[in-house]
Amino acid sequence: MKECIIKAEKLTKVYKLPGEQISAVREVDLEIFAGDFISVMGPSGSGKTTLLDSIGCLTTISAGKLTVLGNDVSHATESKLVSIRRKFISFVFQDFLLIPSLTTVENVLLPLYFARLSQDNQKAIAILKKVGLGHRLNHIPAQLSGGEKQRVAIARALIISPKLLLADEPTGNLDTKSSQEIIDIFKQLNKEQDLTIFVVTHNSKLGSQASKIIYLQDGRIVQKL
Amino acid sequence: MCPRIHGVAIAVGVLVSLFGFDEGYRQGLDNDIDKLGYHLLVTAKGCPYEAATLMLKGGGGLRYMDDAVYKRIVRDPRIDKITPQLVSSVYNQEGGPQGRGAFALYMGIEKSYLELKPWSKFKSGGWFLSPDADEAIMGYEAAEVEQRSIGDKIFIPTTNKVLTVVGIFERTGTQDDGIIFVPLATAQRIFNLPGKLTDIGIKLKNIQTIAEFEEDLYNEPGIQVVSLAQVRGTIINLVASARAMANSIALIAIFIAIIGVTNTILMSVFERTREIGVMKALGASNLDVFKIIWIETILLCALGGIFGIGLAVLGSGAVEHIIRQTLPYAPAGRLVIIKSSFLMVALCSTVILGLVAGTYPALRASLMKPVEAIRAGE
Repeated sequence: MKECIIKAEKLTKVYKLPGEQISAVREVDLEIFAGDFISVMGPSGSGKTTLLDSIGCLTTISAGKLTVLGNDVSHATESKLVSIRRKFISFVFQDFLLIPSLTTVENVLLPLYFARLSQDNQKAIAILKKVGLGHRLNHIPAQLSGGEKQRVAIARALIISPKLLLADEPTGNLDTKSSQEIIDIFKQLNKEQDLTIFVVTHNSKLGSQASKIIYLQDGRIVQKL
Repeated sequence: MCPRIHGVAIAVGVLVSLFGFDEGYRQGLDNDIDKLGYHLLVTAKGCPYEAATLMLKGGGGLRYMDDAVYKRIVRDPRIDKITPQLVSSVYNQEGGPQGRGAFALYMGIEKSYLELKPWSKFKSGGWFLSPDADEAIMGYEAAEVEQRSIGDKIFIPTTNKVLTVVGIFERTGTQDDGIIFVPLATAQRIFNLPGKLTDIGIKLKNIQTIAEFEEDLYNEPGIQVVSLAQVRGTIINLVASARAMANSIALIAIFIAIIGVTNTILMSVFERTREIGVMKALGASNLDVFKIIWIETILLCALGGIFGIGLAVLGSGAVEHIIRQTLPYAPAGRLVIIKSSFLMVALCSTVILGLVAGTYPALRASLMKPVEAIRAGE
């Protein structure tokens, strides 16, 4: 039996705005097991990113129950959420979000610094080589193409050997060729390293590569494939 | 952030210069007073500031006392050395650098003057041939400025008198370097002040008797007594208000620097909101983010501080020049002395400035919610 990484029960996230409340995610039940490659698709505003933020411990949930690697984080404090993110969860964002003043290697090493782990340069270089950036180790983000930046972001996500990789529109800012490279890297990571991947995407090509596809609409899961 | 480095640099530069001025002025004043050779100066009753300036610098338009006072005091057994003086200044339209006009300071003295100032040595020439000769001994700088040598004639414009230079003193590093000395009797004659003195310099056999001696002198009518300590205090008071103003400016500069740095870092935090969000997503705690912003601010301030220290060290000559033009009395020697301890204090101050200025922006950054920070501007 595979380990359950995420278990969401009636997960609800409500944003309180002046004069109104917006239910971005409504009573979602979801289980993610080790080795899963899940893509979440749906129209804009359907709650995909909010769902990713919630299961990635980037925000607290409003109602329901969320368990991450056996830890109930439904009412967790920020420090508890930080501790879970630091050890088990990595992110890849649409805009790459690399630190502009740091080199490729330094960007990759950053999560180790926050996790109070030793700065393993060799590991960082090995991961960068694996994603095809062995020749771009000392470049700063401004010197890299979009596809290269996203590969750095993936390398940064892999440095802590996460249990769960969350990607939010990872091909959203890339051309077709670069998108395909990123899709291939995800497939490879999932197959070869059994890495659990949860991808929010509009890209049907990327979505179709996943072992499970979830469709969201108005904050609710409307279809699971 | 560069403009804010300049702000910090200027504030620190001002701070270091002020410390340097305070130290240099005190040292210079102490040096001047040590080299006076007097314990006490007796002058005609008048303004204490005027008396203090007279004691250190000489001056014109002063009050005079009868030399009978000198004749009565000179017999006091507690006195080791005593010298009567008559100071007068004369404006020479053709004098000074490039002939732009300058005041020449004349001092009538007797040979006892040299006993009180044993460090005054002749560079060339020697003492007056007679006690009422129309002769002059020039201080080192006075001779340099006027480009005089032994045998030259000095014309005193307002009196139409001519003096012959018979001696030039070596440099003493005191105000004496700028004075033209003449025999006391000659000074009284050519300045039309017969039997008058501006001051009497006194050195006691035992410095412990100074209070008692000073008290006794007040039995003499129409005089006032100024001790070395009083002179020092008077001069320090004289510049204290200027220094207080300069200190206030430094404090304002530091305050502006703090506000400026806070504002710059705050702007930087806002510009880097998504960067901060992603750091949090990567596992940075609130404390981690706080430390990053705080350390950045401290480094920015320290860098500004280093620039400021360089500014103060390199600009000390210019600062000294400006102060000399501004102050009513400036001692001889360096006026701005920058000690290594000042640099350490300045550097520590910039770190403290960074700590203070960085606190609010660091707090704002640390309390950002990761999701809101990452999605900011999307």
